[in-house]
Amino acid sequence: MHEIGAPGPIALLISHAVKVMIVFTVIMITVAMLTLVERRVSAWIQDRLGPNRVGPGGLLQPFADGLKNLVKEETYPRRASRAFFMLAPMLAIGPALVTFAVVPFASPLPTPWGLIEMVVADLPIGILYILALTSVGVYGIVMAGWASNNKYSFLGGLRASAQMVSYEVALGMSLIPIFMLAGNVTLTQIVWTQQQELGLWLAFPLGLSFFLFVISAFAETNRLPFDVAEAESELVTGYHTEYSSMKFSMFFIAEYANMLTASALMATLFFGGWDIPFWNGDDMRVVAPGVVQGAVPAIWKTLLTLAAFAVKTLFFVFVFIWVRWTVPRFRYDQVMHLGWKVMIPSALGYIVLIGTTILVLDRAGLPFGFVYGMALTAVSLVATGVFVFWIDRDRSIGGAGAGTVGAGGALPAGITVTRMRAGRPAAAPVEV
Amino acid sequence: MAIGTRTVRRPVENTSYLRASLRGMALTFRHLVRPGKPVLEYPDEKPVLSPRWRGTHRMAVHADGRPKCVACGLCPAICPANCIRLVPGEDDQGNRYPVVYEIDEFRCIFCGMCQEVCPVEAIHVGQDYENAEYTRERFVYDLDRLMAQDHDVTDLWDPSDPRGE
Repeated sequence: MHEIGAPGPIALLISHAVKVMIVFTVIMITVAMLTLVERRVSAWIQDRLGPNRVGPGGLLQPFADGLKNLVKEETYPRRASRAFFMLAPMLAIGPALVTFAVVPFASPLPTPWGLIEMVVADLPIGILYILALTSVGVYGIVMAGWASNNKYSFLGGLRASAQMVSYEVALGMSLIPIFMLAGNVTLTQIVWTQQQELGLWLAFPLGLSFFLFVISAFAETNRLPFDVAEAESELVTGYHTEYSSMKFSMFFIAEYANMLTASALMATLFFGGWDIPFWNGDDMRVVAPGVVQGAVPAIWKTLLTLAAFAVKTLFFVFVFIWVRWTVPRFRYDQVMHLGWKVMIPSALGYIVLIGTTILVLDRAGLPFGFVYGMALTAVSLVATGVFVFWIDRDRSIGGAGAGTVGAGGALPAGITVTRMRAGRPAAAPVEV
Repeated sequence: MAIGTRTVRRPVENTSYLRASLRGMALTFRHLVRPGKPVLEYPDEKPVLSPRWRGTHRMAVHADGRPKCVACGLCPAICPANCIRLVPGEDDQGNRYPVVYEIDEFRCIFCGMCQEVCPVEAIHVGQDYENAEYTRERFVYDLDRLMAQDHDVTDLWDPSDPRGE
């Protein structure tokens, strides 16, 4: 225990204002830069160079785009529902920006005025707050689709709502094993569990959870392969077809802010947040205002852990972009099939499995620690293996083209062939 | 099912969305880090044109600044797009010269037959493609404009070496 001293009421107020301002600014600049990163990475993947003419290496391109969007004409469809049409982008961007508030991004910072926690609001409801607000964000998309009075936008809005409803369930369920293990939904507590109590990042003991969370997060952020709500080729970019200039930009910012938050959550929930691996100097937690348990806080430690958090988050952002430019879009029925028939049963089964394992380990009297985590890791490896080698054998993504190779020669003797019916294999394989 | 095609079903054991996606991601990552993108950074680097590449026209001039054109009328006659307008004139010594010589570069199909047919090697198609304008009228090049062009001209097709080897 280290007594640093709690900040006084005025210092607390100022520190919170500064934190809000810094976090907001950093998110907005990161989002702007992400639009550039997305374009550059997509270009490199396609053997192009991407925007590289505005500023050094194209670094000022986002600002040129922003300026362009500000001065462009605002158009309103004649039959659109004005009020909702204007409300929709606000409803999309607001929740996207405030969800970051509960994510701890560095170790506590000691200042002359007291110890300041590096999280905007360490809410006791933590993840529940994020889940609630991301659900509100969907209303923006649905409302945009409806208010545009355009059938393609409307379809996009419908698809978005159906997709969100399906995958929010899976998203929430993939997090339940974390709550069972950490015994808390506060993000700082979950970081502490990984850092100190378990000594193991939750991606290992809860591997399948992480996997399901990543898939659901892709669906929740409307990123490819789950971008059926936008679907340029089918729906003319769906819900934001009718939006121009800054209103379009707001949807754009919301998408990237959601992506950033989802990446930060992956890093926080499953990869130790701001924890630096194999180093105990950063293992600290605020147990009461101004009182730290564990290592001694220091300014350089705060900066170092902030860098660790940024690296982890940006890695997952890169994965988001990488996947987008690799995988083609799912068909709508594939999205629904994956959501209801694969993700939710898997998540439910995993909850039962982890719950049972925790119960057995507790009964066996194993102390909560590294060995406990390794036991869970072994169980999770089996579960992940089942998912990868059994469920992902034509049971995850089916469809008309699934399970076929193009016209080819004769089959080798003795190979069984399954007949396909609406993308699902029939019960019994048929011998040719 | 169409005649002659056969759909072979793949055994379930060999299908995997994850495996296929991961393989795809490995492929895109290899392209991501691949150095030396096959890209021409256009305004800074210009493409190398073939010597027989045909672009906008250029009128050759004599040393004293007169156009070499003798207004024989062969180029408007052969032009398949009908884009050359020629009004011939004659000076005191009986030399024919073009009073009006206009080429509508919008109508032109850049076949280069005007250059092939010209008996005095006056009109040429050239090695030029950066010819954006603000109005459509500006694309009708008159005689002064054609004579003022200074880009390289296109090599004629050589019948003894049809492939340009």
